[in-house]
Amino acid sequence: MADMQNQTNGPSGRQGEQPPKGPMGGPGRKMAGRPKPKIEDPIGKMKRLLKYIGKEYKVHCVIVLICIVVSVLANVQGTMFTQSLIDDYIIPLTKAEHADFGPLLAKILQVAAFYGVGVITTYVYNRIMVNVTQGTLRNLRVEMFEKMETLPIKYFDTNAHGDIMSTYTNDIDTLRQMISQSIPQAINCGITIVSVFVCMVVLSIPLTILTLAMIGITIFVTKKIAGLSGSYFLSQQRDLAKVNGQIEEMMNGQKVVKVFCHEQESIEAFNEMNEELFESANNANTFANILMPINAQLGNISYVLCAIVGGILALKGFGSFTLGKLVSFLTFNKSFSQPINQISQQINAIVMALAGADRIFRLLDQEPEVDEGYVELVNVREEQGKLTECEEQTGTWAWKHFHKEDGTTTYRKLQGDVVFDDVDFGYNDDKIILHDIEIYAKPGQKIAFVGATGAGKTTITNLINRFYDIQDGKIRFDGININKIHKKDLRRSLGIVLQDTHLFTGTVMENIRYGKLDATDEQVIEAAKLANAHSFIKRLPDGYQTMLTGDGANLSQGQRQLLAIARAAVANPPALILDEATSSIDTRTEKLVQEGMDRLMHGRTTFVIAHRLSTVRNSDCIMVLEQGRIIERGTHDELLEKKGKYYQLYTGKTA
Amino acid sequence: MVKTLLAQVKEYKKDSFLTPVFMILEVIFETLIPLLMASIIDDGVMKGDMHHIYVVGGVMVLMAVGGLWTGAMGGKYGARASTGFAKNLRKAMYENIQTYSFSNIDKYSTSGLVTRLTTDVTNLQNSYQMVLRMCMRSPMSLICAMAMAFYVNAKVATVYLVAVILLGAFLFFLVRRTMGYFKAVFEKYDDLNESVQEHVSAIRVVKAYSRENFEQKKFRKASENVYKMFVKAESLIVLNSPVMMFTVYGCILLISWLGANMIVGGSMKVGDLSSLLAYCMNILMSLMMLSMVFVMITMSIASGERVAEVINEKPDITNPQDPIEEVADGSISFEHVDFSYKKESKDPVLKDINLEIHSGETIGILGGTGSAKSSLVNLISRLYDVTAGSVKVGGVDVRQYDVEALRNQVSVVLQNNVLFSGTILDNLRWGDADATEEECRHACELACADEFINRMPEGYHTYIEQGGSNVSGGQKQRLCIARALMKKPKILILDDSTSAVDTATDAKIRRAFAEEIPGTTKLIIAQRISSIQQCDRIIVMEDGRVDGFGTHEELLENNAIYQEVYESQMAGNGDFDEPGKE
Repeated sequence: MADMQNQTNGPSGRQGEQPPKGPMGGPGRKMAGRPKPKIEDPIGKMKRLLKYIGKEYKVHCVIVLICIVVSVLANVQGTMFTQSLIDDYIIPLTKAEHADFGPLLAKILQVAAFYGVGVITTYVYNRIMVNVTQGTLRNLRVEMFEKMETLPIKYFDTNAHGDIMSTYTNDIDTLRQMISQSIPQAINCGITIVSVFVCMVVLSIPLTILTLAMIGITIFVTKKIAGLSGSYFLSQQRDLAKVNGQIEEMMNGQKVVKVFCHEQESIEAFNEMNEELFESANNANTFANILMPINAQLGNISYVLCAIVGGILALKGFGSFTLGKLVSFLTFNKSFSQPINQISQQINAIVMALAGADRIFRLLDQEPEVDEGYVELVNVREEQGKLTECEEQTGTWAWKHFHKEDGTTTYRKLQGDVVFDDVDFGYNDDKIILHDIEIYAKPGQKIAFVGATGAGKTTITNLINRFYDIQDGKIRFDGININKIHKKDLRRSLGIVLQDTHLFTGTVMENIRYGKLDATDEQVIEAAKLANAHSFIKRLPDGYQTMLTGDGANLSQGQRQLLAIARAAVANPPALILDEATSSIDTRTEKLVQEGMDRLMHGRTTFVIAHRLSTVRNSDCIMVLEQGRIIERGTHDELLEKKGKYYQLYTGKTA
Repeated sequence: MVKTLLAQVKEYKKDSFLTPVFMILEVIFETLIPLLMASIIDDGVMKGDMHHIYVVGGVMVLMAVGGLWTGAMGGKYGARASTGFAKNLRKAMYENIQTYSFSNIDKYSTSGLVTRLTTDVTNLQNSYQMVLRMCMRSPMSLICAMAMAFYVNAKVATVYLVAVILLGAFLFFLVRRTMGYFKAVFEKYDDLNESVQEHVSAIRVVKAYSRENFEQKKFRKASENVYKMFVKAESLIVLNSPVMMFTVYGCILLISWLGANMIVGGSMKVGDLSSLLAYCMNILMSLMMLSMVFVMITMSIASGERVAEVINEKPDITNPQDPIEEVADGSISFEHVDFSYKKESKDPVLKDINLEIHSGETIGILGGTGSAKSSLVNLISRLYDVTAGSVKVGGVDVRQYDVEALRNQVSVVLQNNVLFSGTILDNLRWGDADATEEECRHACELACADEFINRMPEGYHTYIEQGGSNVSGGQKQRLCIARALMKKPKILILDDSTSAVDTATDAKIRRAFAEEIPGTTKLIIAQRISSIQQCDRIIVMEDGRVDGFGTHEELLENNAIYQEVYESQMAGNGDFDEPGKE
């Protein structure tokens, strides 16, 4: 009966995730035949996982372990009771003149008491495991998220977003399965096997050997079939991936399919793959399904064999083997093969979960973005040209620079003076994509970058706020090497409006306030007005309290951009990075966006990746980029004079 | 919904029928075994009849083999039936999607369709297999074991009946209660994951504003919430095993006590007691299994509904009776055309459009976003049907043509265009399956795609990755134009198809069109005035209406919107460089 202690319980999983494990020939998970994902050092991974669980739940785990032992023992003593029931109570009772049921009643009450303890401990450990499982998963999720937030942009460039997400969803889900079920069940089965084995040995050694032999056969057969179905599962996985790929591609291009009347070809290609998938899925499932009845019936045959051999033994009176002992041995025989079948099924689940744990730990082990900066941005009061640090918000900021050599601290007013001094950059050391970049931006100046896609415009702006670190040269902000500035403070002093506007789930108000968390409602509205966003926000159903979902999907491209501008405006940074959107927004909104941007840029040092002529023309300096180099620089008029690349871009003519 | 789905069982009816049959046979074998067991003990062991033990033991082994065979067959047919069912579901959905019109496609998101074809189908496959194998097996097992228990000793077996009713009621209550909980929990859980997703894609914004700590706090709170909800839901469910155990243990003890009394009283045999105890597990386990099946079915209902919706969707646009196969020429006329995407919509997207375009003309179309430029051209190849009025191509209403014949003559380069995985030639041959490499080259020359294709190491045999991710935006657009040219259409529509192509190349493409395919009617939607000012005539769209229709000079003279756009673009508010990023 041990198997019932950990029966899958109810809909704790999502669709199809947790079919129950059948007692005999039932519809267990199709795990048994799934190919084992290869992972290195599974024992090490397991240890790390257990250690992680134990970190917060050591006491819980100990209690769970004790409870499992108690509940298994309670179950075993019950089985022992059935032995004594016939031999020690019923047989004597039938022979007695006056049947005295007193001892039997006493025994039953005693067993019931133990059973009661078993039931309680089962509840206790299951209940505790809920907290342990969910708590561990929560901790993992939070830790993963916190880690993720500290990772450099490079991590997000090099890892597909889908892969990162799958760590949060799939990998965490397999872990839930494993912690809440596989581990307790494995422990349970292990203890059951040991205690049942001891009981069997006590009852009859020859029959124990017979049972073990049958178990050996079962394991052998299981291995053979699992191996066979494993290869089918591999091909099923492959075919499934193929079908999914085809579906994804065609659904994406469905309109093109229609335009080219390609429906028939598309169906034919799909049907072919679909048929292949059916073949391999059918084979894989067949073998997985067959395994169950085979194991169950081998268990039954083992049962029959024991009955025959036991019968002979009991009749011939070998040793002290009795009929009652045969009955309980047969119960043990059943209790013995069941946990072994269960464990063999859990192994695959455990291996899969370990692969998931491996990916989770790999994320947790990522090197965070380093920040060795020590120059901080502080509020200052300016009196007679002297800067004094203060707690309250003054609207005046300064760089607090501690000099190690002489132990002094100097303050330098935040102005927005940016210098690139002979900067080289590449995403990898061996491939430099920006060469010899020299830029001087005085506070309040507007620098425009123009050039073809891929010339390196966006990359340059990503260097200023240290999304990436440069290979060579220096970038100075107000005369301080940006490597020395605390990253947070550096980024705080730089506003940014990206080309792809990202909004968060939340109200419009919250989204704008993202730029400055302690901004009052008035400040937010002020910023929205400056960005020209106020009038459209007012027209939204709930005004500033309108909920935005799905990255602001309920807003138009232009409106999203206006919000992004407002977000930057409320932060009120001395320097700005603008990536002008190129996507076609209608003329009126575009005008609004343009005005908003212009107002935002006013009085701030601005780096703008320009697409509009007006922006470019109004710039103090235009950098023309080509293949990672600044090939021309100057004002609009100077560059037109030159009749170089800029002239070409501007007029569409070759000079 | 069930009817729609079951209709897809098709050729797997036999398998679907045989699965439960074999499962029932297996159950019968399994139920008989404890009975024979009792016989061995009572008639064999007790009476010292070794012969009886051998005979009955032999029968039991045969039964086990029978059980194995039927179980295996059940497994085999179950696998075939369920995977076959899944295959047919995918096929039915996929084929139906291919008949969808644009408005049908608009109803579903791409990712939504993909989920329906993959995850939802897998859910249904699992449920179907579960139902086939368990829905008959569990009740059968329950009934058989119960019947045997009553056969062995009706009085004692009543204990089981009571236990089953009580436990059944409990499980029903528990499952129903928890399902509600879990639905809510998983919604929250999905929200949490969605917010992670949001962060991963907006990480630059988070970092730019140094909001890491803020987000971490927010996430921690949300996680804590999800944790609490999960714990609440699951603490209900963990009642399951102790209650189950309580029932089993209770049954064992009660039966032991009653059995002992009856054996002593002489109304029951010792062997009967052990077989009664053996049925205990069978009975309660089948009940448990039934509750699982119930849960699974409930959980896959949502999947079933989503799949059925796709299969049942009726395409909006179908071929007329006696369709016209030939398109006479490339002339287009709009007569009092109204159009809206939703039929019940009061505010149409296009209002009373009247246009007369001659065969071979080059027409530019200009207008802001939302001015319905794309909607206008989409009506020409009948990607959507008009709400009122009539669109004629070659003098015939587009609704009278064979859809394929019409679309082969009206070639559209869509705004959001897609290349497919395959070589460049494969992609080009979408336009004309039998085209020679020479013809493909020619189309690419017209679309100015030949220059970059020739620079690729494998030229026209270069493999394009899914979605065309290995070519730049401008290159993609030019390939798409070339693909559309392969049809040698009478009408060619470019819906903002050169936005990522630089000005010079754009001009070159237009020049090539004018020289090489003068007979083709060309409609060019563009944002840049420079792209269309050379056109024979230009349509100015504004708010779903034709605001002006004439030559560049005429419009400059008398159309306010055109003047405004011209001013702003020429005077410094236009696109400056190649606005390439898509």
